[in-house]
Amino acid sequence: MQAKDIAELLNEPACEHNKKSKSGCAKPKPGATAGGCSFDGAQIALLPIADVAHIVHGPIACAGSSWDNRGTRSSGPTLYKIGMTTDLTEQDVVMGRSEKRLFHSIKQAIDSYHPAAVFVYNTCVPALVGDDVDAVCKDAAQRYGVPVVPVDCAGFYGTKNLGNRIAGDSMFKYVVGTRDPDPVPPEAQRPGVTVHDVNLIGEYNIAGEFWHVLPLFDELGLRILCTLSGDARFHQVQAMHRAEASMVVCAKALLNVARKLESTHGVPFFEGSFYGVTDTSHAFREFARLLGDASLSERVEAMIAREEAKVDAALEPWRQRLKGKRVLLYTGGVKSWSIVSALQDLGMEVVATGTGKSTEEDKARIRELMGDKTKMITDGSPKALIGIVKEYQADILIAGGRNMYTALKARIPFLDINQEREFGYAGYTGMTELARQLALTIESPVWASVRKPAPWANDSAPGIPMTATGG
Amino acid sequence: MADIIKRNKALAVSPLKVSQPVGASLAFLGVNRAIPMMHGSQGCTAFGKVFFVRHFREPIPLQTTAMDQSSTVLGADDNVIEGLRAIAEKSRPALIGLPTTGLSETQGADIHRLAKQFHTACPEYADIPVVPVVTPDFSGCLESGYALAVKAMIDVLVPPSSCVGKRHKQVNVLAGSLLTPGDIEHLKELVEAFGLRPVVLPDIADSLDGHLTDAESSPVTTGGTPVSEIATMGESVATLVIGRSLDPAADLLRERTRVPDTRFDTLMGLEAVDAFVHALAQISGQPVPEKLERQRAQLQDAMVDTHFMLGFARVAIAGDPDLLYGYARLVAGMGCEVTAAVAPSRAPVLDDVPTAQVKLGDLEDLELAAREHGVDLVISNSHALETAQHLGVPLLRAGFPQYDLIGGYQRLWVGYRGTRQTLFDLANILVSNGHHEIPAYRSIYHAAEASHASPAPGHTH
Repeated sequence: MQAKDIAELLNEPACEHNKKSKSGCAKPKPGATAGGCSFDGAQIALLPIADVAHIVHGPIACAGSSWDNRGTRSSGPTLYKIGMTTDLTEQDVVMGRSEKRLFHSIKQAIDSYHPAAVFVYNTCVPALVGDDVDAVCKDAAQRYGVPVVPVDCAGFYGTKNLGNRIAGDSMFKYVVGTRDPDPVPPEAQRPGVTVHDVNLIGEYNIAGEFWHVLPLFDELGLRILCTLSGDARFHQVQAMHRAEASMVVCAKALLNVARKLESTHGVPFFEGSFYGVTDTSHAFREFARLLGDASLSERVEAMIAREEAKVDAALEPWRQRLKGKRVLLYTGGVKSWSIVSALQDLGMEVVATGTGKSTEEDKARIRELMGDKTKMITDGSPKALIGIVKEYQADILIAGGRNMYTALKARIPFLDINQEREFGYAGYTGMTELARQLALTIESPVWASVRKPAPWANDSAPGIPMTATGG
Repeated sequence: MADIIKRNKALAVSPLKVSQPVGASLAFLGVNRAIPMMHGSQGCTAFGKVFFVRHFREPIPLQTTAMDQSSTVLGADDNVIEGLRAIAEKSRPALIGLPTTGLSETQGADIHRLAKQFHTACPEYADIPVVPVVTPDFSGCLESGYALAVKAMIDVLVPPSSCVGKRHKQVNVLAGSLLTPGDIEHLKELVEAFGLRPVVLPDIADSLDGHLTDAESSPVTTGGTPVSEIATMGESVATLVIGRSLDPAADLLRERTRVPDTRFDTLMGLEAVDAFVHALAQISGQPVPEKLERQRAQLQDAMVDTHFMLGFARVAIAGDPDLLYGYARLVAGMGCEVTAAVAPSRAPVLDDVPTAQVKLGDLEDLELAAREHGVDLVISNSHALETAQHLGVPLLRAGFPQYDLIGGYQRLWVGYRGTRQTLFDLANILVSNGHHEIPAYRSIYHAAEASHASPAPGHTH
């Protein structure tokens, strides 16, 4: 990938970062950087496409330490869970045999697993030695009659966020628009319900959480043409351009896909989230608004009224237990405020939130939701986070899995909110699970246990044996 | 704390209870060169023997007075004398345990008189102590039978004395039936880590730990507490008592020797182990070794790591009272909810089990209670596999018997290390049982697509 291509990807007109603060796309600082590379970001964005063979082209480090590491779930094929890499050797690199190995790897993947398509993720070493991955993919696709999609995402191109965009760009360049959607199956048609086709972009079905929400889409007659990329299939990505509206879920990362769908194919989009009661309801209302279907609006309102009443009752006992508990939220971008409304729905108080990856708009939302008192955290080092937990007397730290052991080592209750987590929190039903998990860790008796000093810690002078007549 | 619900049905279904004579025999098997002889019909012994052989995967020395029809009706005193003489003659054991059974107790045997009578009749075997103990199977359970035998051994083998601390490094450990050979082995290491020398009564870690010996066969135990050491328990500096079921035995030992004791209901869980380690530090006057501090820190780490999986987990436990109490304490301390608790018979420690109700009953009662109150995991013996399967949840095997788990008999549960491994195992079986997976949902608009799984690699490359 050439420098100008990278620059073009970094320039995302639909992203708030573009206007003033570019903190989210800032250059990494040697010696003081956390977070993944472009390859990481690209792989994360696309790996959930379940019937695709995902081949990582590079030596072992890239795939070796990252495969089978995500919480995303599929309702069908599990091919995406099989780690595939060209596992380049020194010989390959020195003798220039890596392209050849890639070509044979693609053949092997197709022969053994019959994938709907093959995605090839380019990494640092082949990018540096100049493998022409695009050409290999093109050649292989022609030779074997299976789509082979290059994703040029060498780690040194930039951050994880850039990798997300590269992934989106590859989809747009090579996949979207190559097929039309199947007709709506007649048995799924219901009288009085016009079926609308929609996309979800940036929804990853972590722990299967989207299955909490999907039945509501079915109920309303919203057919999800494609989720990019939770529980998706290759042919769904191909047909995304035919949707009537898109929702960008909880992440700026794939905004470029939504923007290009709008500019090229006239598919309008909005940004939203399925975390929390308020946001979930808001998302459905936005769909109704973009689709301009009065009957849909009516059914959306009825559904919201019903679901909100149901979840309200389910949450009541948890609210009693969680009310007034103080939360330190440390997570990136949209989640810095989308989770806030979920926590506020539970009567909890967010005393500080991370803004390291947030845009100006995100920060404005935070202020709007929490007032000026809330501490905005930019330094996410373990030491700083623990300091803030103590200073603000937080009852719990909510952050990504990377910070889990930071919290646990400091004997602080913790909730994992990022992609590796094992529980699903999306939608109305997910709120109950969120409440349960919050109570589980906050109320756990282990904290008191592990904070107590050993009983002998206060023994002034060991060396006085118990007298024989004592006891 | 817990309400105790008495047995309220005629039939015991999938019994949890193991008999008192079997428990008493187990205690005797923890003494070196010993053999228990049950006073009852030969079946009492044969079943007990098979029970232990399957659990420990060891040959088990166990004899019987073999009461038959006529001796049952006309008196079986001669069977006892004859049996003792035969064993003494053939094997010259260091100790013969003599538990009674339902049969001999119903008949009205006076086992204490018979033990004395044997030594009068056979003075040549006066040096072989015989320990009679009243353990009918119509009361109590394995744990109480075991405790009665420990008390009986103290009664017979520990003379009254007032020379506490004469052996200033020696510590008595009264080891309850809740401890496995692996547990006792670890306890001895803990005691030794403070420069102390443990005398464990009974020491099944030395006899039933599963070890090959030079002798190819032995009619008596090939390890355990030497009888000569039991006699010196009055000269120790302190006694550590593990398991509340041993309270009466501990009372007798203290009354007879004045050796001060410290008692522990369980040695699973941070606080419980802390108390034990603290006691050792105080008895020895030694600081807690670095190695133990590290194990403690490792346990703390495991606690915070596993609380996510264990928190709010609903656990059903069935076992003898001390075991039930120990496991309930442990899991409650991790944020679990004990939704069903069953013990085979009454014991004071049941009042303190951290749960709403303890049922005196069987595995059917466990299943019903678990079904009523919800369950994610069962902790009980191997018989509860069926129970767990009916409930659709995993089983953690603990207690007696464990005939379908190789090595289950020697597993380490106690101490910082044992607790840590238990927490990992609990977390793993909960996770691998997938008790929080969200069921897959397929949209009605995409339902037609075959939800085929991925093909296995088929073609040759």
